[in-house]
Amino acid sequence: MTLGFTTIYWRDMIRFVRFKTLLISSLLQPALWLAFFGIAMSSSFDKLMAGMPVPPGMHVVGYLTFMGAGIIAMTTLFTSLFGGIVILFDKNWGLMREILASPMNRNHIIFGIGLSGVTKSCIQAIIIMVFGILIGAAFFAGFTPLEIIFGIIGILAFVGIFALGFLFLSAAIAISMESPEGLQGITTLLTMPIFFASNALYPIDAFPEFLKILSVYNPMTLLITGIRYFAIGPDFIALGKHYQYTQSDILLSYLGLMVFAGLMFVLAWWRFKKAVVT
Amino acid sequence: MSEQVHGNDQAIISVENLEHSYGEFKAVDGISFTVKKGEIFSFLGPNGAGKSTVINILITLLAKQKGNASVAGYDVTNDAQKVRESIGIVFQDITLDRDMTVWEILEFHGRLYNMPREERKKRIDELLTLVQLDAKKDERTKNLSGGMKRRLEIARGLMTRPKVLFLDEPTIGLDPQTRMRMWEYIKGVNNEGTTIFLTTHYMDEADQLSDRISIIDQGKIIISGTSWQLKNTLGRDIIYLETSNNDAAVRLLQDLPSVHNVKTKTKGFVLMVTEDGTKVLPVIIDTLRNAGIDSTTINLKKPSMDDVFVFYTGKDLRDEPAGKPVVILKKTWRAMR
Repeated sequence: MTLGFTTIYWRDMIRFVRFKTLLISSLLQPALWLAFFGIAMSSSFDKLMAGMPVPPGMHVVGYLTFMGAGIIAMTTLFTSLFGGIVILFDKNWGLMREILASPMNRNHIIFGIGLSGVTKSCIQAIIIMVFGILIGAAFFAGFTPLEIIFGIIGILAFVGIFALGFLFLSAAIAISMESPEGLQGITTLLTMPIFFASNALYPIDAFPEFLKILSVYNPMTLLITGIRYFAIGPDFIALGKHYQYTQSDILLSYLGLMVFAGLMFVLAWWRFKKAVVT
Repeated sequence: MSEQVHGNDQAIISVENLEHSYGEFKAVDGISFTVKKGEIFSFLGPNGAGKSTVINILITLLAKQKGNASVAGYDVTNDAQKVRESIGIVFQDITLDRDMTVWEILEFHGRLYNMPREERKKRIDELLTLVQLDAKKDERTKNLSGGMKRRLEIARGLMTRPKVLFLDEPTIGLDPQTRMRMWEYIKGVNNEGTTIFLTTHYMDEADQLSDRISIIDQGKIIISGTSWQLKNTLGRDIIYLETSNNDAAVRLLQDLPSVHNVKTKTKGFVLMVTEDGTKVLPVIIDTLRNAGIDSTTINLKKPSMDDVFVFYTGKDLRDEPAGKPVVILKKTWRAMR
């Protein structure tokens, strides 16, 4: 029984691979974001920044590299928040009845769905990294091969725990909802503040005070901090701002994300316990 | 494992004073019944009678509100996990993932129930042969016909060798041949010791398969028994009459000693008689003729489960809306023979 979640995971991955339009669009979407939004934004930002004096010996990164981390985070957020939709489909097509009437522990359902979402997000993150480097993002610039491997593992660990948290949240919403429209509505409502009140596209220092507080504790900011640390380095300049991360900053960010995932799991567990699917 | 009752005549499902409401509406209003180990038990009732609510409580998908219910010796509330391990379910609607193959559907189910790999493999092969889907093993379910889907769902319900198999309208929408083959499977499964809890809208199905039947309407059980017992409550024979003066005819005939029940219909009326109908009929015709009433239509038949259902629920599944010509009603009646 302890490996029950692998059954749910197995099935959800079958579905992911078989559902061709979903598969292709989910892999293409992040690359498109990076290609269009990334190139457009970075060409204007880099022009603006061109005249700014740079302290000698500092690691300066272009906007594409800076926001590349944000795009990884954004894709993970969108995919994960929407990931619970499979539960809603199962519910509406009656498939959830088979699962809920089985002896399978409900925590395993939540966990299996979470894990398959994490897999999808990790695949997407890797695609963005590869595609980003292809179009000129300076990920892992100046890293030794060992550092690159370490960097990738670090990024995926951050993406994974963040995805898990938002998948639990999405699962909790989905199991309580009647229609996909409802889930879509709530998802859209949530993505706006989470995405824009973060350091995905710009530094948060110039934010008004309340927005800054929101941003600092935003799981999105914690994730992006982690990605930038592992993809760019602990010390760099972007958009004229000096970024410095210590190891304890990174550890704290990760702990923050773990607490978030834990809370979301409790929420999902509570909603599943209450779930009546007939 | 907790203590369990054994022996052939023991109740494998027992329900006592079960009540369930949705808001103000009482869907189940104090139901009690037992299903004996090894039997095929049919649970009949019109739409909205409360069947689904009872089933959902028994299969632990709906939390019990009031009363007691146990399946395979386990309480549905306190031992839900044990109940889930003991039962198989074939749901009313098709619940197959369109994009999974026949084999994957069964494999997934076996894994959900934590069956060991070897046993899974063996069971899947056995069941695919049983329901004649070997050749479709790697076909996605969206490419199967309605009958194949149903057979696959029945195979899935049997994967775990459940003590009780719940079949919620298992042959709905199937052609007569497939339905009959399905009955054979169900009987075969039952012969191997699985207790069957069946709901259906097909009265012939209930009649053919069940050891015992309960009819439920408006949240209450109206009558229970073997199909033979239920039919007998209607009398030995049923005589349908249309006359030139139905009201007078009914008044006249209901006093005959062999007539134990009269039910008026749109164009005529039904007499339920306790004696051999062929002997009673001449008496009826004489009585009517002496009173100057002409009979225009006469029909004599044995009571069927349809008649039982219509009599006790007052709902004629095939009743035409009022205002239709009489021919249709006659045809309907004949079709029920």
